[in-house]
Amino acid sequence: MIETKNIDFYYGNFHALKNINMKIGKNTVTAFIGPSGCGKSTFLRLFNRMNDLIDGTRLTGECAIAGRDIYHKSFPVDELRKKVGMVFQKPNPFPKSIFENVAYGLRVNSMGDKSFIIAKVEESLKAAALWEEVKDKLKKSAFELSGGQQQRLCIARALAISPSILLMDEPASALDPISTSKIEELIYSLKENYTIIIVTHNMQQAARVSDKTGFFMLGELVEYNDTKKMFLSPEKEQTQNYITGRFG
Amino acid sequence: MKHTEKELQSLKDEVNQMWKLVLSQLEKAKQAFLSGDVDLAREIASREKRVDAFELKIDSDCENYIALYSPVAVDLRLVLSFIKISITLERIADFAESIARLVIEEDGNKIDSQLIEELQLEKMFDTLLSMLSDSFVALESENTKIAGKIMAKDDEIDTMFLNSFAILTTYLQANPAAIQSGLKTLLLVRKLERIGDHCNNIVEEIVFYVDAKVLKHGGKK
Repeated sequence: MIETKNIDFYYGNFHALKNINMKIGKNTVTAFIGPSGCGKSTFLRLFNRMNDLIDGTRLTGECAIAGRDIYHKSFPVDELRKKVGMVFQKPNPFPKSIFENVAYGLRVNSMGDKSFIIAKVEESLKAAALWEEVKDKLKKSAFELSGGQQQRLCIARALAISPSILLMDEPASALDPISTSKIEELIYSLKENYTIIIVTHNMQQAARVSDKTGFFMLGELVEYNDTKKMFLSPEKEQTQNYITGRFG
Repeated sequence: MKHTEKELQSLKDEVNQMWKLVLSQLEKAKQAFLSGDVDLAREIASREKRVDAFELKIDSDCENYIALYSPVAVDLRLVLSFIKISITLERIADFAESIARLVIEEDGNKIDSQLIEELQLEKMFDTLLSMLSDSFVALESENTKIAGKIMAKDDEIDTMFLNSFAILTTYLQANPAAIQSGLKTLLLVRKLERIGDHCNNIVEEIVFYVDAKVLKHGGKK
């Protein structure tokens, strides 16, 4: 469903990604791991063209979703952003009500009438496992929610516009273990309907939630393998050294 | 060395000590059996508790390592294999003790030396001792090249075990009064055959730890 071919990416003169080739299957969870600065978040941001917003960057190679090169001149970026949702490290709700946070994407994209929006907000909050906790206070400010709830609200906001791919950049690193567990359960359940790519520094999280894992180092994809294989018997020594903590 | 590596090293040290103890128990069981040395047999029986203590300690340390450090890859394989190796070593030590108990029960009355020779019991003991010490070297050096040779020795043990039925039948037909010691000898041969199987299991665990390959039951299907 997602395929990259010979991807090279530069921040000015800095060669951040080197010849990355990867295929990501539909309705799977893929984890990217690696030390800070290895290129995993840069690679994640390729899939919704977030890197385009940074001056002085340059990309070569091909990045295709459902067979279409998303970096082709004719590919509409608006359409891409609807298709690919993103959740960040720190929960970043808008200074609006819980309801309006989820409805926001639908409104700015003129997606449906009032009743459609109401139904979609409920559906998205349920999909993000937050509905039961907020159904009686939808008009309250999103800032009244806990950190873990805010992060699930952000996931609900991403889901509202019905993307097929969900990018998550360390979605649980700022959360306590209970909230982290809820997010992980959510990721597991969401893969039934979404293709999820998650960047994480938490090795056990990658092991718990993902089907496949990619290990990056110094801009290179060192190993991309089934997660079970990766954490029991990785093929590359560099991978083993990193995941067992012997790296560096 | 990082503290997690120190913990793993300490686990390796414990397994090494247990291994040496079990090897010594088996070596002494051989001597006690061949010489009918009851004192030596009693020494084996009394040292069995030390083997049990090692098993409990290694088991507990492995559990703690998993709980505290969530090992993966080679570290996970090491801990998993050490749990199984310590259980297997303890079983081998149990067999050494039960051989010692046979000697104690016989109160120094040795089995007919001709029968011992025909059954190649000394060779069986020596083959098992070499299997156990070679697998120890394989683990220490993390080198599984000799795994095949060690496992081939188990086939030799199995052949000696299978041959023992005909040898014992012939012997007992000629010496019907020796039925009791004949049956005990059969028990002994059976124990030695089982020790060979356990040595094989240990080698399989070492291969899993070092090479991430599953040999058990012909490997993963």
